[in-house]
Amino acid sequence: MRYSLLALVGQALRGNTGWKPVWRDADLKPAYDVIIVGGGGHGLATAFYLAKEHGITNVAVLEKSWLGSGNVGRNTTIIRSNYLLPGNIPFYEWSMKLWERLEQELNYNAMISQRGVLNLYHSDAQRDAYARRGNAMRLHGVDADLLDRDQVRSFAPHLDYDNARFPIQGGLLQRRGGTVRHDAVAWGYARGADQRGVDIVQNCEVTGIRTEGGRVVGVDTSRGYVRAGKVGLACAGNSSRVAALAGLRLPIESHVLQAFVSEAIKPLIHSVITFGAGHFYISQSDKGGLVFGGDIDGYNSYAQRGNLPTIEDVCESGMALMPMLGRLRLLRSWGGLMDMSMDGSPIIDKTPVENLYLNAGWCYGGFKATPASGWCFAHTIARDEPHPLNAAFRLNRFATGHIIDEKGMGAQPNLH
Amino acid sequence: MRIECCYCGVRSSEEFSYLGDATVARPENPGGKTEDDAVRRRWHDYVYLRDNPAGPHRELWQHVSGCRAWLVVTRNTRTHEIVGVEAARDVALARGK
Repeated sequence: MRYSLLALVGQALRGNTGWKPVWRDADLKPAYDVIIVGGGGHGLATAFYLAKEHGITNVAVLEKSWLGSGNVGRNTTIIRSNYLLPGNIPFYEWSMKLWERLEQELNYNAMISQRGVLNLYHSDAQRDAYARRGNAMRLHGVDADLLDRDQVRSFAPHLDYDNARFPIQGGLLQRRGGTVRHDAVAWGYARGADQRGVDIVQNCEVTGIRTEGGRVVGVDTSRGYVRAGKVGLACAGNSSRVAALAGLRLPIESHVLQAFVSEAIKPLIHSVITFGAGHFYISQSDKGGLVFGGDIDGYNSYAQRGNLPTIEDVCESGMALMPMLGRLRLLRSWGGLMDMSMDGSPIIDKTPVENLYLNAGWCYGGFKATPASGWCFAHTIARDEPHPLNAAFRLNRFATGHIIDEKGMGAQPNLH
Repeated sequence: MRIECCYCGVRSSEEFSYLGDATVARPENPGGKTEDDAVRRRWHDYVYLRDNPAGPHRELWQHVSGCRAWLVVTRNTRTHEIVGVEAARDVALARGK
C-alpha cells in the first residue's frame, strides 16, 4: 500500500478500516542468500539497500525480540555530520544526504526535521578546536557556521549567558543537522525491505553460527537451523556475544548510555543544542518533551539501565546550560547498550571468517549513521569488499595502526 | 551501585573510577622484539581485544576519592550485582607478579 494524501482521504472516508500491516510477519525459510542478524535500524537498512541497490532479495532479518526494540528506539534522535577526521566525514555526510531523501525513498513519514545542531564553546581553546572542525567539514563540502556569542544569543536566547564558570562564547552550527522520529526509521526501512521481498522474522534469536572449512554456512536460531550464503551481524550492544559464536574476539566493550525526557511543555528549543563544558545535548520533541542525554555510565554493562550518579551528572550539565530546566519534572529515563569500540569509531567490514560480515562498534553515534551504515554494509556484503565510504572502518585497523580516534582518548572505551 | 572497598567499607560507586577488564595480562616481552609477528599479535590482543562477557566480569576499579587503592571487582554485567571485591595487589601477588 502506497501512502499518499489520496490514500489518507480514502481511508478516512472508510473509517480507517482498510489499513494493512506495515510489514508481513514472515515465516522462516530453510535457506537464504543473506541473513542479517539484528532487526534494528542498521540491520533493516542493510536489508533494504541489499534489495534496492544490489537486487538481493532472498534475505532474512532475524531479530531476537521485537523489531526496533534496541538502540534505534533508545537514542536521542539526533542526526548530524559534524565530524573532524577524514575517515569519518565523507561517511557521515553520505548518511546526511540519505536522510534528506529518506522519506521520499521509503514513502514513509519519519518526521525528519533539519532544525540545526549547535555545539557551544566556552573557551578560546575550544573555539579554535571548533573552527578547525568547521573548516575540516567545509573542506569536505559539509555545511558549518562558526557563531560568535551575539549570534548564539539571537539563535538561542534562553541559555545561561551569565554563567561565570562556563561562559558561552559562541558555537559551531550545522544547519542541516536535526532530529528524526527514530521508531519510524525502523518501521520505514522494515516496510521498504518487506515490499522488496525481504523476510523480517521477530522473536528469533541466533544461538549459533555454523562454519565449514572457515566459511559460514548457516545459523542456529531459537526457531531452528537456517542455511545462509552470507551472514551479516548488525547487533550493536551485543556484537561481542554474537561474534563469539563464530569464534571472534572484538575490540569492543558493551556500556550503558542513559537518555531522558521531561514532561511536555510549549515550544522552547527549536534546534539541537550541546553544552561544550560538559557532555550534554538537548532538543525538544514534537510532543513537547525535552529530550536529553550525556555521557555513558562508564562501566561494562548489558543491563539496559544505568545508575543515579550519571543522571545527577547529566542534570547538573543541563542546569549549567539552562537553569530553567530545574523547574521541569523528569518524565522518563532509559538505557541502551553501546558497542564502545577501542578508538570510538565503528567497524563495517568483512571478518576473518569467510562470508561473515560485521557491522559494529557504533559507540553512541549509531543512530545518525543508520542510512549510510546500511548502505555501506549492503555494499560490503554484496560485493564482498568495502565501499570507499567505509574503507576506513576496517576490523584490522587496530593491528595495522590506522585507528580513527576523534576524541584522542586511546584504547579506553569508556572515555570515547 | 555500591562497592565494598577492602579498606574503606561500602562506598558509592561515584567514589571509584573504572579501568576495565582485569583478566587481560600485559604480555611478556623478552628481548623487546616487537617486530616479531607473534609478539605484535600478543600486544594487539592485550591492548585492544576483550571478552566483554554478559554475566560475571572481573574488572579494575580505583577508589580515587578514598584510599586510592586499586581493586579487582567481580560484578555481573547483566544485573550490576557485585559478587566480590579483592585488592588488586593481592590478585597480582597471587598471580606471581
